[in-house]
Parts: sequence; C-alpha cells; structure tokens
Amino acid sequence: MSRPVQYNITDKPLETPISVVTAPEGYTGEGFFAARLSEVVGLARKNSIWPLPFATSCCGIEFMSLMASHYDLGRFGAERLAFTPRQCDLLMVMGTIAKKMAPVVKQVYLQMAEPRWVLAMGACASSGGIFDTYSVLQGIDQIIPVDVYVPGCPPRPEAVIDGFLRVQDLVANESLRRRHSQRYKELMETYGIQ
Amino acid sequence: MALTNEIIRQKLTEKFGDQLLGWEEPYGMLTFTSDKDMNLKVLQFLFDEPTLGFRFLTDLCGVHYPDNEGKELAVVYHLHNLKENVRIRYKVFTDIKKPDVFSAYALYSAANWMERETYDFYGVNFVGHPNLKRILNVDDMEYFPMRKEFPLEDQKRTDKDDEMFGR
Repeated sequence: MSRPVQYNITDKPLETPISVVTAPEGYTGEGFFAARLSEVVGLARKNSIWPLPFATSCCGIEFMSLMASHYDLGRFGAERLAFTPRQCDLLMVMGTIAKKMAPVVKQVYLQMAEPRWVLAMGACASSGGIFDTYSVLQGIDQIIPVDVYVPGCPPRPEAVIDGFLRVQDLVANESLRRRHSQRYKELMETYGIQ
Repeated sequence: MALTNEIIRQKLTEKFGDQLLGWEEPYGMLTFTSDKDMNLKVLQFLFDEPTLGFRFLTDLCGVHYPDNEGKELAVVYHLHNLKENVRIRYKVFTDIKKPDVFSAYALYSAANWMERETYDFYGVNFVGHPNLKRILNVDDMEYFPMRKEFPLEDQKRTDKDDEMFGR
C-alpha cells in the first residue's frame, strides 16, 4: 500500500497574513499621527536589537539553535548578529567566564555604544554556577551591570526567547533620559566605569 | 637489546650509588626519588648517557603532601626515551617553607612553561628559571590554589550561604 503523500498545502487561510508591531498610543487624524517620542524610539529600538554573542561554553551551543531556523530569534528583530561591539545594543554573555576572561568581557562592554543592555544566559554567567572555584568569576555582575538573567544549565531556547522579550520590555519602556541620570552614573561608578 | 627497568636502575646505581632512593615500579613504570639538590645531576645523566637517552620531558608537575613533614612539596618529572619508548618517573621533595628547586629549563626547554605552571599552583620556586611568573591564573592571585590548605571554593564570596551550599 502506498503511503499517502502529504503536501505542505492547506486550505485554511492565515488569520493574520503579516505580523506587524502595534503602533503606540497617540492621536491620529487626516495625514498625521502624534505620539510620545520616547514610545516611538522605544518601539524602533526594541524591534531592531543587535545582539553581540559572547559565547564561551555550552550555553553557546544552545544559542546556536536559538539563532537557527527552528527557534529563530530573528523573528523578534534580532536577525543581525554583529561581532563588533561598537555596533551592538545587547551583550549576550553565555557560558562560564573565568577570572582571566573577565577583563575581556569588560572591555567588550566598554566598547559598546550607549544605550547598551546585557543579558546573562545560564547559571555560570549569572552566578558562577557549579564552578564555585578559585578560577571562575562568580557571575558577570561582578564586573558589568546586567539587565536580564536567564537561569538554567543551559536554559532552553524558549527560556532565552523569554529573556530576550524581557530585554525588549526594558528597551521599550526605558526613559530617554535614563542614561544621563545621576543614578545611572552612580551605578556605573560602582563598576568603575566612567 | 631492549632498555629494561633493570638496566636503567643498574646504570643509575653505578653512577649515583645509594643517593637514589624509593625505587618502585607501579604499573611497570620505574620510579625513584633523590635529594632535591641532585635533581639536575640526575636529569643530566639521564639525558646524556647514550644507553639511557631520556631526552623528552613528558610532564613536570607538583604534588602537595601536607602530612609529609619537611617534604611537603613534590616535583615529579616524567621522562621519555623516544627511541626505545620507555618512560620513567623521577621525584624530588622539598620543604614548603623553603620551596627552592633547581630549574630544568637549561636541559629541557619544555620545562619553561611546566615550571611556571607548577609555580602557579604550588608555589615551587624554580631557581634559575628565566621567567618565573604565573601562567594560568590571574596575575593578582595572592595564593597558590592547589595547596591543600586552600579550599577549592572562592573564599571572597559573601552571597553564598554556607548552610545552603554545604561549606
């Protein structure tokens, strides 16, 4: 008996043909649309985050599947991975950071232009993980400020997508003056960053 | 004639007499020790003697025996005769209060980084080493982490609760 061949053809129409982000609240009228600048900027920023992967170990493997077709972080506007810190918005630290590697992570962070965000993926980057030892940095928040922690060893790609969505929330709702505020400067000074 | 452990032992005993001690053959690998001041003479002899020809330093490492009073630190040389494919192990012991051992760098160039590693983790001071500084750990580390008195965990942490983490 021949097996029925299944074609990727369905009669069911798509519910929404193209997914677009919803516009921020504002006044609209004949030929104009007025909204708050911060919301428009936040909308643009959050849907075009350029991640900089800093992958040192097994979380990096999970990250590869995250960027590949099955999970595809590109759906959230993070299509373009850049390996140059100066162009990137989001530093994704994935994996164990040894104490010898700490100055490298910090330098990469310093080379990124403001505004910049940091996502610590996995137990090692967040807290040192199982490597409670003399040679491993006990969480990257000892050297750079971290915005979102994704727990897991390693986290599933869905968890990282969730963490990425949290970053997007932060990006969308961030005040445009935050990076110039006194509080932010004080935060940076605790890490010895001017 | 193949180079056997008996021949190596006989050659060494002819040259150094009873200054070489602790003869063992765990898993068939000839092992012996000597006073730490003799290490270069023994290594030079093993290198130069045509029938022995141990010209390859496979490994050089340290061991810490905290209960071995006056001989706390061991430096272990693993030597290889590539022609005969014979390996031997040679140990010297030193006091942890004055861990000076002569550097084998002039004889085996490979000893350069191995001695730096041994210094890095055990604090063995290799006299005559051209560049004795840390190689694997961060430069500002203040102790020698593989010595037994230092626990494995990072001692500067404050956020881990002893009760929860079993320290």
